[in-house]
Amino acid sequence: MLLIHCPYCDDTLPELEFAYAGEAHIARPADPSKLSDEEWRDFLFIRTNVKGVHAERWRHIHGCGRFFNALRDTVSDRFLTTYKAGEARPDVQTLEAAE
Amino acid sequence: MTHFSGFSLLKNALSGHKNWPEQWPDKQPKGEYDVIIVGAGGHGLGAAYYLAKEHGITNVAVIEKGWLGGGNTGRNTTIIRSNYLYDESAKLYDHALDLWENLSTELNYNVMYSKRGVMMLAHNVHDVQSFQRHIHANRLNGVDNQWLTPKQAKEFCPPLNISPDARYPVMGAALQKRAGTARHDAVAWGYARAAAKRGVDIIQNCPVIAIRRGADGSVEGVDTAKGFIKAKKVAVSAAGHTSVVMDSAGVRMPLESYPLQALVSEPIKPVFPCVVMSNTVHAYISQSDKGELVIGSGTDQYTSYSQRGGLPLIEHTVAAICEVFPIFNRMRMLRKWGGIVDVTPDRSAILGKTPVKGLYVNCGWGTGGFKATPGAAHTLAWTVAKDEPHPINAPFTLERFTTGRLIDEAAAAAVAH
Amino acid sequence: MTEYRVKGRGRVNTGKPVKFTFDDRTYQGFEGDTVASALLANGVHLMGRSFKYHRPRGVVTASSEEPNALVGTTRGGKGRFEPNTRATMQEIYPGLKTESQNKWPSLKFDVGAINDRLYMLFSAGFYYKTFMWPRSFWDSVYEPFIRKAAGLGKAPTEVDPDIYASRYLHCDVLVVGSGPAGIAAALTAGRAGSKVVLVDENSEMGGTLLSEPSVSIDGQPAWDWLESAFAELDRMPNVSRMTRTTAIGYYHQNMIGLVQKLTDHMADVPEGAPRERMWRVRAKEVVLAQGAIERPMVFHGNDTPGIMMSGAAQTFLNRFGVLVGKAPVMLTSHDSAWYSAFDMADAGAKVVAIVDTREDVAQALKDEAQARGIKTYLSYTATGTKGRLRVKALRVNPVRDGKVGAAHMLFCDAVLVCGGWTPSLHLFSHTKGSLHWDEEAKVYLPGRKTEDVHIAGAGRGLWGVATALEDGSKAGADAVKSLGGKAGPATYEVADDRTGTGITQKELPTDRSPGKAKAFVDFQNDVTAKDIRLAVREGMKSIEHVKRYTTNGMATDQGKLSNMNGLTIASDALGKEAPQVGLTTFRPPYTPTTFGAFAGYHKGTHFEVTRKTPIDSWAEENGAEFEPVALWRRAWYFPKAGEDMHKAVARECKATRESLGIFDASTLGKIEVSGPDATEFMNRMYTNPWTKLGVGRARYGLLLGEDGFIRDDGVIGRMRDDLFHVTTTTGGAPRVLNMMEDYLQTEWPELKVWLTSTTEEWATIALNGPNARKLLEPFVEGADISADAFPHMSVVECTVAGFPSRLFRISFTGELGFEINVPARHGKALWEKLWEAGQQYDICPYGTETMHVLRAEKGFIIVGQDTDGTVTPHDAGIGWAIGKMKPDFVGKRSLARPDIVAPGRKQLVGLLTEDPKTVLTEGAQIVDDPKQAKPMKMIGHVTSSYWSEALGRSIAMAVVEGGFDRMDQTLHVPDESGNPIPAKVTGTVFYDPAGDRLKVE
Repeated sequence: MLLIHCPYCDDTLPELEFAYAGEAHIARPADPSKLSDEEWRDFLFIRTNVKGVHAERWRHIHGCGRFFNALRDTVSDRFLTTYKAGEARPDVQTLEAAE
Repeated sequence: MTHFSGFSLLKNALSGHKNWPEQWPDKQPKGEYDVIIVGAGGHGLGAAYYLAKEHGITNVAVIEKGWLGGGNTGRNTTIIRSNYLYDESAKLYDHALDLWENLSTELNYNVMYSKRGVMMLAHNVHDVQSFQRHIHANRLNGVDNQWLTPKQAKEFCPPLNISPDARYPVMGAALQKRAGTARHDAVAWGYARAAAKRGVDIIQNCPVIAIRRGADGSVEGVDTAKGFIKAKKVAVSAAGHTSVVMDSAGVRMPLESYPLQALVSEPIKPVFPCVVMSNTVHAYISQSDKGELVIGSGTDQYTSYSQRGGLPLIEHTVAAICEVFPIFNRMRMLRKWGGIVDVTPDRSAILGKTPVKGLYVNCGWGTGGFKATPGAAHTLAWTVAKDEPHPINAPFTLERFTTGRLIDEAAAAAVAH
Repeated sequence: MTEYRVKGRGRVNTGKPVKFTFDDRTYQGFEGDTVASALLANGVHLMGRSFKYHRPRGVVTASSEEPNALVGTTRGGKGRFEPNTRATMQEIYPGLKTESQNKWPSLKFDVGAINDRLYMLFSAGFYYKTFMWPRSFWDSVYEPFIRKAAGLGKAPTEVDPDIYASRYLHCDVLVVGSGPAGIAAALTAGRAGSKVVLVDENSEMGGTLLSEPSVSIDGQPAWDWLESAFAELDRMPNVSRMTRTTAIGYYHQNMIGLVQKLTDHMADVPEGAPRERMWRVRAKEVVLAQGAIERPMVFHGNDTPGIMMSGAAQTFLNRFGVLVGKAPVMLTSHDSAWYSAFDMADAGAKVVAIVDTREDVAQALKDEAQARGIKTYLSYTATGTKGRLRVKALRVNPVRDGKVGAAHMLFCDAVLVCGGWTPSLHLFSHTKGSLHWDEEAKVYLPGRKTEDVHIAGAGRGLWGVATALEDGSKAGADAVKSLGGKAGPATYEVADDRTGTGITQKELPTDRSPGKAKAFVDFQNDVTAKDIRLAVREGMKSIEHVKRYTTNGMATDQGKLSNMNGLTIASDALGKEAPQVGLTTFRPPYTPTTFGAFAGYHKGTHFEVTRKTPIDSWAEENGAEFEPVALWRRAWYFPKAGEDMHKAVARECKATRESLGIFDASTLGKIEVSGPDATEFMNRMYTNPWTKLGVGRARYGLLLGEDGFIRDDGVIGRMRDDLFHVTTTTGGAPRVLNMMEDYLQTEWPELKVWLTSTTEEWATIALNGPNARKLLEPFVEGADISADAFPHMSVVECTVAGFPSRLFRISFTGELGFEINVPARHGKALWEKLWEAGQQYDICPYGTETMHVLRAEKGFIIVGQDTDGTVTPHDAGIGWAIGKMKPDFVGKRSLARPDIVAPGRKQLVGLLTEDPKTVLTEGAQIVDDPKQAKPMKMIGHVTSSYWSEALGRSIAMAVVEGGFDRMDQTLHVPDESGNPIPAKVTGTVFYDPAGDRLKVE
C-alpha cells in the first residue's frame, strides 16, 4: 500500500484514503467546439502511459477531498513529489538533486 | 524436429530422453526480415506461426526483451471464453475459441485446453438483466451461453454458496459450457516450436530500443539491444509495454498500463470443476490441473510497470472468494504475482493497421488477452500479410477513438442503478 | 520416554506428555513438540507421499520450508480441517488429529506409486507431448485422468467457523527473525529508545541458538544468554516481541504483512478468540535477519525417508531432544554437518561416517571426528541408497581426479546431508531490491535496496554466531542512525563458536548411468536433475522456462530447498554462470498463508457495508422483499400472504394509480450545489440550461461524460439563486460528486461554488396517486401546495408534520406526485404518520419493482438499464434536455463526432408485443428477419419489459437501430427457445400520453 503526501493536508497517509485520477496536466480545451476530431480524441483518450516519471492526479477522497498532482516513478511506484492542482510540474532533475 | 506423440514419448523414454531436440533454437538476429514482431508472447508467436503457415511468409523474427512467454501469457489466470456481448467481440473471441479447440493438434503441442465451462455469477437484478442480454445476443450469434438458476449453478459448482442471506446473493449465472482454461506456458511454447519449425527466428533477451522510420514515414526496421534489424513490416504485440514501443515510432496510443494481480492456493485434490467469475465482487477462480486454486483480481487503481501491486486489493479479492465459496477460508495462498495490462478507453483491443505504413499493432487486451490468443494472432497475421484488415479484426481500429464507434463491453455491463 | 528421545536434551516439557493421532494411531510427545519432532521421537520418518510419483517421503527439515511432511490437521468439530499443514511447524496439543496425504489406500502401501515405476514416461513436460490422439479422448479420458491425480491434501468441506483478526501497527524498527542477528539488532535499537518489534515464525525465539546450546556468549551458555536477552527486551517498554508470527510480504514503503498464529497450538481455544491476526506494519526501518536455508544434495535416492538436512537433525536433537537416527551417516560439502555429527555422537548416536565431497577439511574437524571414533570419507560421492520406506544404507564412492571409483555401502538408519546454505532473501526480493551473485560463495546476496531495509547475519552470507551478533547489532545501530538517533553496535564475546565453510555443487558425480538416476531437486514436485537437464536440452534456456517446464520450485516450499540446486544444475547444463541464467522471482507470501487471514473481518455482513435508509426497518417489519442496488438494499416489493412478485406488483401499481402509493426514495443521491457561480457551474456540467430556471422550480437534469454518453440523471430543484438541490441515481451519487469536484477543482477553480453530498442527510418519501395531495396537504405548513400555487416541477421549503422539509412536486409515475425530503432522523416518523393518515385512502407501500413499472408506463428511462454507457441523449429520445443555445457543456463536443451523428444508431423506442399477454425478457435481442441463419443480424435489445396492470397488457422499451424511423414496424424478438415473438415499434409513452393525470385538482 502506497503512502501518499497530500499537499493540502500536509500529511503522508495510506493509499486507502486516496483515489487515483489519471494523468495530470491534460487541460480541458477552452472551446472544445473549435477542435478537430483528432484533437478532441487526443484530449479524451491519448495518454503518455510513461514508463518512468509520470505526472498524475490523485484525490484525497477520504480526507480533504482535494485533487492534487504527483510525480511518481511507474517502474518503482515511488513518489518523487506531490503538488497542488494548478501548480506547474516540478523539474525532475531539480527534485533528484535536492534529495 | 520430433513429432510429439505417445509413441515418441515412449521411444525417447527408452533412450533416457537424451534425443529430444530443442523445441526452438535460440537465434541471433539476421540483418533483415520481411516481418518483425515485437513481443514473444502467445499473440506475437502465434502471429509469426500463422504468417508462416497461412501466408507463406517465413522470413520472420519475433523479438523479445526477456524470455518468451514471460509477460502476460505466463502470468494470467488462463480463462478462455467467448460469451461477449457485442457482435464484434463475440466474433473475435469465438473465432479464437474455434482455434483453441484444435490448437493442440494444430501445433502438435498439448496446450491442455479444458472445456470445463465458465460460469459468471449474477448478484443483483441489474446483473440478471445484463447476463440475459449477453445470453440472448450470444445465442443469436451462435455462441453458447445459458442461464442457470442458483440451484443449477450450485449443481454445476458444488462449493458455491447460494444462500439468499449472503451479502452478495447469487441470483443466477450465465454458463458457457464450451469455455474453460488452457495451460498458459504451453501456448507460448507450442507456438514458438511450431513457428520455429517453419523458419521463424525467435530472438530472446533483445529489448527493442526504437522503431525506425524512413524519410517517407514508413517503417524501416527496429533498433534493438543487438543492433539495427531491417524490416518493411513491424507488428507490435507488447502488451503493457506497447505505449513505450509505439511512442518510439511517433505513434501515441490511447492506452494505460495497470498492475493486475493473481494468486494460487496450495494444491488440493479436485474440488472445483469449472471456472467461476464474479464481476460484481471482482473475483475469478478455477482449479488448475495441478490442484491449485487459481484466483484473479481486478486491476490496482494506479498505472504502473512495477509488477508489484498492493495488499488491499489482494485482501479484497481473497475476501470475495471466501464470501462466494466459504469452504475455502482455511485454504492457504501459495504465491501471488503481478502482471502489467494495457487498457484502452473502451476496454476492447486495438488490432490492425496504424497511421504508419508498415506498422501494425495488437494491444489493449486489458485483463482478457489470453483467451483471444489464437484469434488475435491469426487475424493479425492476415492483416500484416495483406496489409488490410481481416473481417473479424476490422472493427478494432485505432480510428474508432476519433470517430466514436467504440466497442464498449465495460460500459455495456453498465453500472448499477 | 520413547526410544528416540534423549534424556537431558531439548527444550520440550517432559513433564507434560501430549497425546495426538497420526493416521488414526495415537502417539505421545511433549508440550513444545511439533508433529514432526513427536513422530520422530517415536521412530516415524515416513510422513507423506510425493506429488507425481507418490514416492514415500520423510521429513527433511525442522522448519517452515518443509516440502515433504505435509499433513491434514483437524481439532475436531465441523469446519476446522485443513490440508497441507507443515508437520514441522504444527505444535502438538491434546486432541490434535493429523493424517498423511496423497496416498491410497495407506501411507505405507500406495497404489499411486505405480507412477514411480513408469517414471521414464513421466519426464518433465511429458503432458505437453502426448494425450493429443485421438482428439476426442482429451476431454473424455485424458484430462479427467490428469485432474484426478492433482493436488496433495483434500479441500475443506465445511464453512470455517473461526475468526481472523487484523490490526495496524506502526514502529520505528521491525526486526524479522530472532536468531542471534535479529536479537542483537533488537537489543541495540531498543537500548537506543527506538520503538522495536521483533517477530519470529517459530513458537519460541532464538533461531539457530536453540540448536546450538554449546556456544557461549559473554560468558553465558547460549540458552542462558537467550533468557537474559529476552528478559532485557521484555523490560523495555519500547520493545515488543511476537512469536508464531510470519512476515509474509514486504510491500511498498516499508509496509510488512505479518500473520500471527494465535490458537493453532492450543488444546482449549477460548471462546471467540481469533485464530490468526494479520498485522499491517508500517515500519520506519526494517531489519531482515532471516538466516539461511540449508541446501539438500542431489543424488540417486536422496529422497528416501530417513534422509534429512543435517541442520534439521541438529535442531531435532538440541531443541526437541530427539535423535533422528541412532546410526546416521553424514553427507556433506559444508563444515556445519560435521558439528551436527559431533552433537549426534555426543548424544549417544553411533555416527557411522562423515562423507564429505571436498578433498580436505580443517584439521580441527578431522581431529574431533577421530576423537569420537567417526570414520571420515573425504572426496567421496554418494550414488544411491538402500531402503524404500526408510533408508538402510548409503552407497558411496571415492572420487579421484574426477573419476568415480568403486562403491561400497554404509549401513545406517539416517543420512544427514548439507549441500551448503542459501541466504534467505525472500522478503528482500519482494521489494524488487536487486541481488548480486557472489562468485566465491556461489550465492545471491542483497544488492541495491529500494526500501529502508537492513539485512543482517546469514541472510547476507555471514557465518557463525559471533559474526551474526556483531552484524545484527550493526544493523540495529544503522537503523537507529537512519532515524536520526544515536547508537553504537554492541560487542559480544563468543566462545565455542562454530564457524565454517563449504562449497556448493550440482548433482553428485556417479558411476551409474545419470540418465537413470532419480536424484531429486524438488522433493514435493518430484523434479529430478535429469528433468532439469532435459528442459535445457529442449531449449529452455531461461531459469523461468526451466522452472515452468519442470515445475521445479513451484511446490509449497516455493523453491526454498530446490531453487539454488536447480539453478546450479541448469547453469551447468547451459555452460553458463548462474547469474546469466537468472533467478526466479520470490513472490509473497513467504510461507503459505490462510485465506482467512487475508480476508480478516471482511466476511458475511462485513464483507461490504449494506447501506440502509431510515425507513428500512419499517419495510422489514412490513414484510418487504429487498433487492441489492449498488451498496444499498432497497425494498423491492411488499408481498401480502400468498402473493408472488408478479401479483404484489400488480396490486401495488393498481393501488397507486387508483388512489395512493407511498415509496421510500431515500437512496436517491443528493448533492447541494451552492455559491454565486452555481448557475454557471450547472450550465457547464449538465446538458440542460439552468439560467432561466426560477427559484422554486425544478427540472429534469441530464449529465454526460466527456465522451458524450449518458452518465446520470435526476430532478434538480432551484432552492435559491445560488443553491441547487441536485438528485442523482441511487448508484451514481459518489461518481457524480467526484466528477463535479474534478471539474470544479481542476478545470474551473475560478468558479465560486461549493458541493456537498447530502444523500444521508435527507430521507425522501414519494407520494404518488390521485389522492396524494389530499393526504399531504393537512401536514404542510408554510407553503400552499394547491394545484395552482404549486404546479408540477416545483419545490418549496416548508414543514411537513412539523418537520423541516424540502418538498418537491414531481412525478416518476405519471400520477400526481410529491417527494418530501426531511432530515433523515425524522424519516421514519414522517413515514409512519403518513402511513397512518393514509389508511383512509388505502395507502399502499410500493417497492422498486412497482416504481420501475410505473415509470416504464410513462416512458421514463432508468440510466444504466435503458442506457448502457453507449447511449447519447438523442439516442435515448431525450435530446430535448440539451440546452441548444449553450456554447459548451461536458460531453457536448463528443456529440459531434462522425459516428455519433451517423445514421443507424440505436435509439430508444417502445415495443408492444402482438400478443398482449407475452412479456418479453429484458435483455432479449431484436431482429428484423426471424428466419435468417445464425449468426443473426441483431438490431437492438429489450431494455425494460413489464406487465402493465394499468394497460392490461405487456409493455417494453428497447434500443433499436434507426428506431425512430421504424414506428409501427413489426420486429421480432426470439425467446429462450428461439421462437420469434413479433412486436410493434411504438413511442415510449404507453400510459396517459397527454399527461392529464398530473392535473388532479
